[in-house]
Amino acid sequence: MNNVISVKNLTKKYGSLIAVDRISFEVYKGEVFGLLGENGAGKTTTLEMIEGLRKPTSGEIKVLGFDAVHDIQHIKERIGVQLQSSAYYDYLKLREILDLFGSFYQKKLNPDDLFKMVGLESKADQYIKNLSGGQRQRFSIIASLINDPEIVFLDEPTTGLDPVARRNTWDIIAKIKEKGKTIILTTHYMEEAEILCDRIAIMEKGKIITIGKPHQLIEQAETPYKVEFVLEKDNQKTIDRLLNACEARDCDIKKLPGKTAHYEMHIKSQELLNKAITALQKENPESFTIGRATLEDLFIELTGKTIADEENGNV
Amino acid sequence: MRTFSDLWQIAKKDLIEFTRDRLRLVTFLIMPMFMMIMVGFIFPNQNTLKNVPIGLANEDGGQVSQQLVSAITNLKLSPDKPDLAFEVKTYDNAEAIKNAIKSQQISGGLDIPADFDQKITTNGQAQVTIVQDQSNPQISQMVDQILTQVISGFSSQVGNQKVNQVLAVVPATNPVSSISAESIIAPVTSKIEGIIPGNPNYFEFVAPGIMAMIVMTAVLTGLAASIAREKEQGTLDGILISPINRLAIILGKALSQAIRGLIQGGIVLLLAFLLFGVTIHGNILLVALLLVLGIFSFVGLGILVSAIATEQETATQLLFMFQFPMLFLSGVFFPIALMPNIMQKIAEVIPLTYAINAIRKVMVLGAGFSAVRTEFLILLLFGIITLAISVPVFKRVITK
Repeated sequence: MNNVISVKNLTKKYGSLIAVDRISFEVYKGEVFGLLGENGAGKTTTLEMIEGLRKPTSGEIKVLGFDAVHDIQHIKERIGVQLQSSAYYDYLKLREILDLFGSFYQKKLNPDDLFKMVGLESKADQYIKNLSGGQRQRFSIIASLINDPEIVFLDEPTTGLDPVARRNTWDIIAKIKEKGKTIILTTHYMEEAEILCDRIAIMEKGKIITIGKPHQLIEQAETPYKVEFVLEKDNQKTIDRLLNACEARDCDIKKLPGKTAHYEMHIKSQELLNKAITALQKENPESFTIGRATLEDLFIELTGKTIADEENGNV
Repeated sequence: MRTFSDLWQIAKKDLIEFTRDRLRLVTFLIMPMFMMIMVGFIFPNQNTLKNVPIGLANEDGGQVSQQLVSAITNLKLSPDKPDLAFEVKTYDNAEAIKNAIKSQQISGGLDIPADFDQKITTNGQAQVTIVQDQSNPQISQMVDQILTQVISGFSSQVGNQKVNQVLAVVPATNPVSSISAESIIAPVTSKIEGIIPGNPNYFEFVAPGIMAMIVMTAVLTGLAASIAREKEQGTLDGILISPINRLAIILGKALSQAIRGLIQGGIVLLLAFLLFGVTIHGNILLVALLLVLGIFSFVGLGILVSAIATEQETATQLLFMFQFPMLFLSGVFFPIALMPNIMQKIAEVIPLTYAINAIRKVMVLGAGFSAVRTEFLILLLFGIITLAISVPVFKRVITK
């Protein structure tokens, strides 16, 4: 049994609102496990219940063999948690913050080693307000490592970061994994989940709608192939011809918002993919890209909507 | 035990944070100074009340009346100080005095009627009129008191003279002739003896209260605000994630508040000593111990409030609501015994009352531990009970 975390029928209710609805999953030792979903899906709540910050309404959580509700004290020593809002003391220097948190644990790492790991040596004696967003995020990750935990909880580790900072963070997470630690993270960035996670669970409205390895999940999707193209201008006849070419039922063309004549075609099988490409080339598109469906496509397929829809309230 | 070192870590962190926050540090130091200075210079202090302007109307002008005028005019506040009690202004009659009071040129007056000397020399009773300034009860009370005393003393003197005159005409063989005038006029005299040397002034009464109040309420609001602030900032989560004992968090914060409170108390005492001549007649360590106990008794309350108020703003407002009445009900400025019964009952449940009483006993009267044993126990009990209630409440409230 290599489960470091085991969740069974976990539920959290606030009155009549069900934030987490009887979810079950396991996390294996040494993997990066992702909870994927939009804001409000229940990811953070789930994580907080496993961390012991929130009390479940019902269900069972076991971390490293201990019950997270009744034996939380045994667990705390061995887990590290990155705080979502990067909430750290304004008036303590970074090193002092690490020393403070370190003092609460029996095992603690040398702050200097941690600073070195993320390239923050020069900032060790500064205050958090002197750091950029990316630097703060890196600090909050090493703060979660101060007690050399076996399991690290990262809540939206790259939210709000620019692409470079994001990739830096991914590198750090990779380093943590190399040390043999288990990582459980939440994110709403599909690309991040695809790149970082060994296994993911997609959450929607408090429920888990699928669990598995990202690439396997994508391959099992309805339409695992995708072709993206841009025409010179919008032309319905062109679209109709394309649909005909690949038997309209098993491929679906969607117009993308934003720039003019930008379309996406989702295709079920490799055979149809070939037909689609041939047909498309005849239409002289300005550009086209052939690829695999992404996790986001899978998410949309499973939940029937896009992030944009959700944010606009078109549930 | 683990809890102790964790507790100290939390206290240390709070204190470091505090010293680095310039604005809070400055407020912290200025507040007690401000309060002390305000109270000290606003409240009338017998030591500062001298040369009070009063009006004197001598409608008689005769010898005895002039002696009375002289006695009043030259009245000194205390034998070793040159300050005069009154600054005497002369008026023609009672009417003129009243007008002068109306325009607040004087704070009271005395009218000696035209028949004063005559009444005395013809062995009648002469009556003088003290005119009150009713717009200013505190001053006029003092003025009336002093004037009455002077007149009474003067009256005894005159009485003495008269009795001596009577005794002079009694034949020497008459046993009455050997009686002294004083034993007829004033057979019983009293002298006042205090426990401590010198005369305590109002400020010595007020200072212990102010100190206890500043310290205890600072701790109360400080503790609640500190927890609410950490909740708001999100930093509380970081502490809750770690294996640290919940009790250690509370006590650590309470400790940092207590240390700050004691420093503030020290500032108050220093100011009281330097600016207002307040001295501690008792043991300063006992005062410190009582302060600490007072703080301890308030910790539970502070925790309860912070558990209830979810925002720092709410917490401070809620506490301010308590502080203000507590200020008046706990006997800081006025003795509780002078308040209506129901207020006295309320005062009895406020720990601040006991802390102030005890500290006052030690500071002003030089009392030792045995005299404050009751207050000591009450404060201890209050602290334990509120702590016992508040810790589980705190634990429950911080778990979401």
